[in-house]
Amino acid sequence: MHKHITLGHGSGGKLTSDLVKGIFASAFGMNGPLTDSAITGARGEEVAFTTDSYVVDPIFFPGGDIGKLAVCGTVNDLAVAGAVPLSLAASFIIEEGFETGKLETIAGSMAAACLEAGVKIVTGDTKVVEKGKCDEVFITTTGIGLVRPEYRDIGTGRMVAPGDILIVSGPLGNHSIAVTAARKQLSFVTDIVSDCAPLNKMIGRLLDAGAGIRFMRDLTRGGLATVLNELAEMTGFDIYLEEPKIPVDEPVKGVCEMLGFDPLYLANEGKILLVVSQTDATGAIGILRSDPYGKNASVAGHIKDTRGKTVEMKTAAGGTRILNQLSGVQLPRIC
Amino acid sequence: MKFISEYRDSRSAEAVANAIRHEARRNYTFMEVCGGHTAAIHRFGIPSILPPEIKLLSGPGCPVCVTPLGYVNKAVALSLERDVIITSFGDLIRVPGSSSSLWDAKASGADVRIVISALDAVDLAAANPDKKVVFMGIGFETTAPGTAAAINRAAGEDLKNFCVLSGHKIMPPAMEAVIREGTAIDGFICPGHVATITGSSVFDFIPRKYGLGCVVSGFEPADILLSILMLVRQVNSSAPACEIEYSRVVTAEGNLKAKALMNKVFQPEDSEWRGLGNISLSGLGIHDAFRYYDASVLFDGLTGEEEGEENPSCLCGEVLRGRKRPSDCRLFAKSCTPENPAGACMVSSEGACNAFYRFKKDA
Repeated sequence: MHKHITLGHGSGGKLTSDLVKGIFASAFGMNGPLTDSAITGARGEEVAFTTDSYVVDPIFFPGGDIGKLAVCGTVNDLAVAGAVPLSLAASFIIEEGFETGKLETIAGSMAAACLEAGVKIVTGDTKVVEKGKCDEVFITTTGIGLVRPEYRDIGTGRMVAPGDILIVSGPLGNHSIAVTAARKQLSFVTDIVSDCAPLNKMIGRLLDAGAGIRFMRDLTRGGLATVLNELAEMTGFDIYLEEPKIPVDEPVKGVCEMLGFDPLYLANEGKILLVVSQTDATGAIGILRSDPYGKNASVAGHIKDTRGKTVEMKTAAGGTRILNQLSGVQLPRIC
Repeated sequence: MKFISEYRDSRSAEAVANAIRHEARRNYTFMEVCGGHTAAIHRFGIPSILPPEIKLLSGPGCPVCVTPLGYVNKAVALSLERDVIITSFGDLIRVPGSSSSLWDAKASGADVRIVISALDAVDLAAANPDKKVVFMGIGFETTAPGTAAAINRAAGEDLKNFCVLSGHKIMPPAMEAVIREGTAIDGFICPGHVATITGSSVFDFIPRKYGLGCVVSGFEPADILLSILMLVRQVNSSAPACEIEYSRVVTAEGNLKAKALMNKVFQPEDSEWRGLGNISLSGLGIHDAFRYYDASVLFDGLTGEEEGEENPSCLCGEVLRGRKRPSDCRLFAKSCTPENPAGACMVSSEGACNAFYRFKKDA
């Protein structure tokens, strides 16, 4: 373990995983799989329980703000755990001197996101710290949802089998690039907009249809590459990905080319990976594409029958290579 | 984006690969000099498309990789000075020095910032008049004009709190050093972005003096494969020459304006390369007329830790000379990973070890 925490420990990649496993999971005695939401029992019903902190910089960006992000992120973490989101708690750490008007705007976008997702913020907390002790505002949201029993293992990879199909719900990388551009770190202007959105209704329709969904995860920090590596690790199977089939918008591709980013590692705030049985893949794609948040969903690869825990990718040029876990930081503070 | 999908199409890649397969008569070893090529080759899985007769070696063209330990130590020492803001391209920050990296220095309180252009560092200096902003100028003829422009602008604006620690280097002397070391190669895939600035003519001496082929290549899969085919043909016909594959960008003369700016701000000096040692007139020092912007003059005496031994098991130097492959190193993927790099070749995304680690199963 490093002597000091570096920004790389917040990247969602291997350093984050080392930090969570090495310090928190071991101290808290968490031995189970580290999924997006914990499933915990309460009088016969199972409840999904999750929390997330938001420190995005800047707090307002094309396609959303820190408030919308804080609601959508937690709602999505519940939804991909196979749960119907019910209630959220929201805690604010606010920097002295922060404009009240901005706080009103943020609260307004949180309310709008809650309305769309069909959840309520029922409790919360507010702290104000001296100027310079935090950056404008940090938000933590915690959520609970009711687990659909047939999908209680959907985040664990236990149901995944060889031959299953990988589906990506839409183009990757827009959130990371939109936020980075809004931070004025790019010396050019883009019109790329964050994909930040609550996905619980779209996911609900998929689950209602009884599609043979074997695994689901939102593609946040670390992006598709990180999620696939975690899936390979969890299931033990090799995974085959086809780069030309992975949707990436042209402007995002262009920025990535210029700055040396790989969209497969970039964070999204409105995209999921699904692993679906072969027979149900077409149906699942149909349901996704009928939803505005899934209209560019695409099959991206499949689960292999070999057990090497490796993600192999056919490249656009027709070669093959390994897609490894993210090392270090790609872009800090994008959520 | 135009010029991406066209050059990434698997059918055109396959067609060129077939031509290489068809025309290969013996074994060929080519060196891709540029770290951008190393990264592209592995990112697109080029080795899996090539016939077994073609072997590619990575050369000394990853800017971060060839930056010597002493430079990193000096950068770390500078970052610990009062009222100094260090600005750097991202990769350099994680390169381990003798006892710490800029990244470690940042985590323990130093003000270290990543910029994507040297001009951003000038802006930062203008916005922070009470701080001294030091830009870590590393890289070849590709990044040197940007640094030159930054110094030129700072001088024009009479900005007193901006300076550069120049570790800039030029490519041709290092290629010559590799040849003189006796690394067995049949030709060079020459750096396309360097040649955009310098013009391809800087490589003309290689076929003339050493009888080795040179093809200036672009960075898309079709570019790299086509360059390999051109090199195979040069070898087959025993007609080594300096050819341009990347003709949509590169000319023989290069970018005259950028070259003039570099000549104004820099002067050639001997330079230390990790792996290759000191190479005569291979570095770009800051010209006496701009000494006020030279961090090595301003912070004279501040050298950082004594240039300690690099990890003796690390084969970065051998890898940079094309003598060894990353997988030959016993630290590779064991005690040396991108999270915990032992050597610079594992740090940069353009480093051979990093590219092997990220993209190859059997590395």
